[in-house]
Amino acid sequence: MRTFRHLLRLLGCAALLFTWVSAAHALRPEVVDKLARGESDEKIAAINGLVSDADATAIPLLQALHDSEVQIAGSSILIVRGDKASDAVSGQPVAPLPDAREDVIVNNRVRREIESAIASLKLVSPVRDVRLAAAKSLEANADEDMLPLIARALTKESDAEIKGVLTLIRASLQLKNKDAAIRLAAAKALAESTNPTTKTLLLGLLERNASGAYLEPDEGLRAEAQLSLRAVETRLAWGERLGQLFSGISLGSILLLAALGLAITYGLMGVINMAHGELIMIGAYTTYVVQNLFRSHAPDLFNWYLLAAVPCSFMVAALVGMALERGVVRFLYGRPLETLLATWGISLFLIQTMRTLFGAQNVQVENPVWMSGGVQILSNVVLPYNRIVIIFFAMAVLLLVWLLLNRTRLGLYVRGVTQNRAMASCVGVPTARVDTRAFGLGSGIAGLAGCALSQIGNVGPDLGQSYIVDSFMVVVLGGVGQLAGTVYAALGLGVVNKVLEGWAGAVIAKIAVLVFIIIFIQKRPQGLFALKGRFADN
Amino acid sequence: MNAEVHSAGGKPVAAYGHVTGKEVDVSHGPILYLEDISVSFDGFKALNALSLTVEAGELRCIIGPNGAGKTTMMDVITGKTRPDAGSVYFGQSIDLLRLTEPQIAHAGIGRKFQKPTVFEQHSVFENLELAMKTDKRVRTTLFAKLDSHARDRIAHTLDLINLAAEAGRPAGLLSHGQKQWLEIGMLLMQEPKLLLLDEPVAGMTDAETERTGELFNTLAGSHSLIVVEHDMDFVAGIARHVTVLHEGSVLAEGSMETVQNDPRVIEVYLGR
Amino acid sequence: MITPRQPLFSARAWSALALAVAVIAVVMPLLNLVAPKDSMFAVSDYTVALAGKIMCYAIVALAMDLIWGYTGILSLGHGLFFALGGYCFGMYLMRQIGHDGVYNSDLPDFMVFLDWKEYPWYWNFTGHFWYAMLLAVLIPGLLAFIFGFFAFRSRIKGVYFSIITQALTFAFMLLFFRNDTGFGGNNGFTDFKRIAGIAIATPQMRMTLFVLSGLTLIGALLLARYLVTSKMGRVLTAIRDAESRVMFSGYDPLWYKLFVWTLSAVLCGIAGALYVPQVGIINPSEMSPANSIEIAIWVAVGGRGTLIGAILGAFLVNGAKSWFTVAFPEYWLFFLGATFIAVTLFLPQGVVGLVARLRGKKS
Repeated sequence: MRTFRHLLRLLGCAALLFTWVSAAHALRPEVVDKLARGESDEKIAAINGLVSDADATAIPLLQALHDSEVQIAGSSILIVRGDKASDAVSGQPVAPLPDAREDVIVNNRVRREIESAIASLKLVSPVRDVRLAAAKSLEANADEDMLPLIARALTKESDAEIKGVLTLIRASLQLKNKDAAIRLAAAKALAESTNPTTKTLLLGLLERNASGAYLEPDEGLRAEAQLSLRAVETRLAWGERLGQLFSGISLGSILLLAALGLAITYGLMGVINMAHGELIMIGAYTTYVVQNLFRSHAPDLFNWYLLAAVPCSFMVAALVGMALERGVVRFLYGRPLETLLATWGISLFLIQTMRTLFGAQNVQVENPVWMSGGVQILSNVVLPYNRIVIIFFAMAVLLLVWLLLNRTRLGLYVRGVTQNRAMASCVGVPTARVDTRAFGLGSGIAGLAGCALSQIGNVGPDLGQSYIVDSFMVVVLGGVGQLAGTVYAALGLGVVNKVLEGWAGAVIAKIAVLVFIIIFIQKRPQGLFALKGRFADN
Repeated sequence: MNAEVHSAGGKPVAAYGHVTGKEVDVSHGPILYLEDISVSFDGFKALNALSLTVEAGELRCIIGPNGAGKTTMMDVITGKTRPDAGSVYFGQSIDLLRLTEPQIAHAGIGRKFQKPTVFEQHSVFENLELAMKTDKRVRTTLFAKLDSHARDRIAHTLDLINLAAEAGRPAGLLSHGQKQWLEIGMLLMQEPKLLLLDEPVAGMTDAETERTGELFNTLAGSHSLIVVEHDMDFVAGIARHVTVLHEGSVLAEGSMETVQNDPRVIEVYLGR
Repeated sequence: MITPRQPLFSARAWSALALAVAVIAVVMPLLNLVAPKDSMFAVSDYTVALAGKIMCYAIVALAMDLIWGYTGILSLGHGLFFALGGYCFGMYLMRQIGHDGVYNSDLPDFMVFLDWKEYPWYWNFTGHFWYAMLLAVLIPGLLAFIFGFFAFRSRIKGVYFSIITQALTFAFMLLFFRNDTGFGGNNGFTDFKRIAGIAIATPQMRMTLFVLSGLTLIGALLLARYLVTSKMGRVLTAIRDAESRVMFSGYDPLWYKLFVWTLSAVLCGIAGALYVPQVGIINPSEMSPANSIEIAIWVAVGGRGTLIGAILGAFLVNGAKSWFTVAFPEYWLFFLGATFIAVTLFLPQGVVGLVARLRGKKS
């Protein structure tokens, strides 16, 4: 009887062998057997075997093994989930569930092996994203055993990006090869890399020890590494520059939002509103409140809270601004220095009010899902979605403001009063009302800036204070009376600030920008773009 | 910054600015040359190749419709506006385009504005004291004391402008006409060689206007005056030579009669 | 007829001044040092320190009144000159700590902490008292002169000038917050031990500083008074009221503004140097724009363009601040903000103007 069973098993294996040969998508039973019944070392050997075969169909089994879902039922190995069972070798469902089952126990060492095996096998998965993710995760912890797998994956691989990653991994592994020629070839191949870690790798080859001698004895290799290093560094530098440019434009868009309102009110009334920063802060807090309301009353729509927050921020800030104008600023007409002081007092008031209402700590405002994450352009350059959205938002606001100023009656009045208040009043423009509305507009834009800021930074009572000096600088640099000035000044300052930052650090960059403006204003006191003529002067 | 300007008697009268080492040179006659002055503001041409010559001791009246460029011309002479093209000479040798406003004032040009610009918080006396021709550097001003010679001059001017009784009053409390006179008085205290007067009798009573006319007639000869005015009777009363400006350049020149009968002038002022 | 040279003070004012000097130089020392501690005449050390501090602020307020009240230049960055004077003298004070710091080294603690081995070049000679005092005068003065020269030459006025001064002090604050700048980073200088070998923490030294501050304040007042009653003062107010007329009368406003601007910065520097040993600490937050803007409100509350108003305002506002920060700290900013608004809207002439109006009504 025993012989018969043995023979049966042999026949079964042969049959399976045939099926394996003909249809390479089923697993070999002896491997499966080892996985289930073998000792830990045998299990690991079987796992490595599967990896070497580069058979992606083993993944479900390996995963099941990892998750303790594999059981032995007599002669067959089953994968059992809940009350459903399937055969480990063929994948066919098995019903009914056999009673005598034994758990396959997997220790942590094996589990770790399974994890990396799955990762490797994912490299040859039919799904592209799976392959890409697997390749990327391999970068961190590849070792020489995987070379055959990687080589095989490379031959099958058609996607350029994945190929690039795999080539790099192979090259970095080959750098440790005994054969000098291979090492050289590997170093050369690394020149194509866009990955910052390659730089570290190449630098490692050029390391010196304490007495100054090179650690790497092979001179040819060092020379090759040097060349590749230079290539990689140049490429990375471009990435950095691109990143800086983007950061600069992003900062510029925020400065634009922050300063636009100030430019309008200053151009119109000669009033520098020291509470402007606090209007930004109010916009940010309004966004926070709207977010919370959505969270508690309409959690399903949470990802759309911004649609409500934007108009709310505008309205609340505009209302506060108009109240400010009617309550205080209007009575100080013609006394710009006093207005400075009075609005400073209001800003103190507002900051302390917010502190009392919301606490002195920063509050959390979350990005909605569609604004989280970013798009990766190069391996060292990621452009965050929230900043991209804000850039477009700023452009939209700019367009709306331009339309308002140039295509509506209010805008016509605003422009007229900016150029010659007395004359405008004489022809019947209701200057007081125009003042209030324009102040409201400027404040509302500040509120929008606050809404934008809440998406990329912290929201606290001192938010406004960090942006007020910058807003002033934009207005002073850009001149008043024309939108173009504010736009160029904001973008220019943003980009210059970020570029300098990369070069000399954030603080020095800020100081340099301030000093530059102080000097620039000596040469051209009216700013980049200014209304010319006799009226503007006095 | 230490060039000294000497009076005829050789005594240093004022020391300031890079002006010249000597008095304004009027040996050849004209005290003011404007040549081909052009000024445009953002596309609008305020002065269009304006050329003008004023002889020393003359009383020249400038008339013209609004927007003709009269005030802009004064701005150019006193340094408030820089022309895009052309040259301005004070006497033979002083190029006004290279001087700042205080330097031009020191060179001997005094200006009275359209809207009376006096120091409202200061008394009438102090206004005149400040305007007085003297060394106007910081160090001198710090230790300046009013000597009796200076007080005499101030008193003399106070009588001239009829404000002796108001000497202690803040200038802001004066009537419009009195402010105009105060400003003229301040101008006189500067002892200028050339006076630029922009609508000096605007807002004055008839009596005040007449007195102003008399004053100007007295001043002419030892001083040169350029008066911009709209009041034609006043102009007729004082003018010997009249220049009509239109759209930034000279339209006509001559005596009052010539100008009044010039068909181009009539067209511009009255229309056909 | 107006007398050409106004007397510095009326007879009544001179007697008030004499009284003030007596109080400062004689009465206060007696009450603090001699009177027994629990008698009702005793003046506490706390009061002495507070009064000394406020007198330094009063000097700054005077300086601000000179440029704002009399010349019409609103600076929102004057705290910078005050702080710089404090830092300059602070360098001397740090040196005077000697070996008594936490690390028992020749260098100040913060330098040891940063692993520096020697003083940076700009610390040279600051071990000498007179040199440090000279720096406290020169550095603010020089900075003010250079900045003012370029700013006034390009005719920057009004709100633009104010904003630029705010940017200036903000930039310096950022600079001084850095540890690399060599001024103690965000901790600044503190833990002073001695001046000229004499311990600071004794009542005698405190009183000396108090008297010095008071006498300096009186001296500054006399100097300012001389200035504003002279022809120079009249030119300055003329610049404030009608700068174009001043120019066309032959004065170059640049040098006048520059003179009073630099003088005011120097006064602030001296005040800063007197302030630091009394308060015991100086850090970059003294350069914050908020501090500088507060100076303006002292002058506005007291009454611009009156000199005595500036001193009064400094005492009133800082007295209120001391009280509030002890009794109701959360309300101080509300009160300060309301003060800014109320004074500009309802009390443009300040307390002094209000008193003058009431007096005028009575007579």
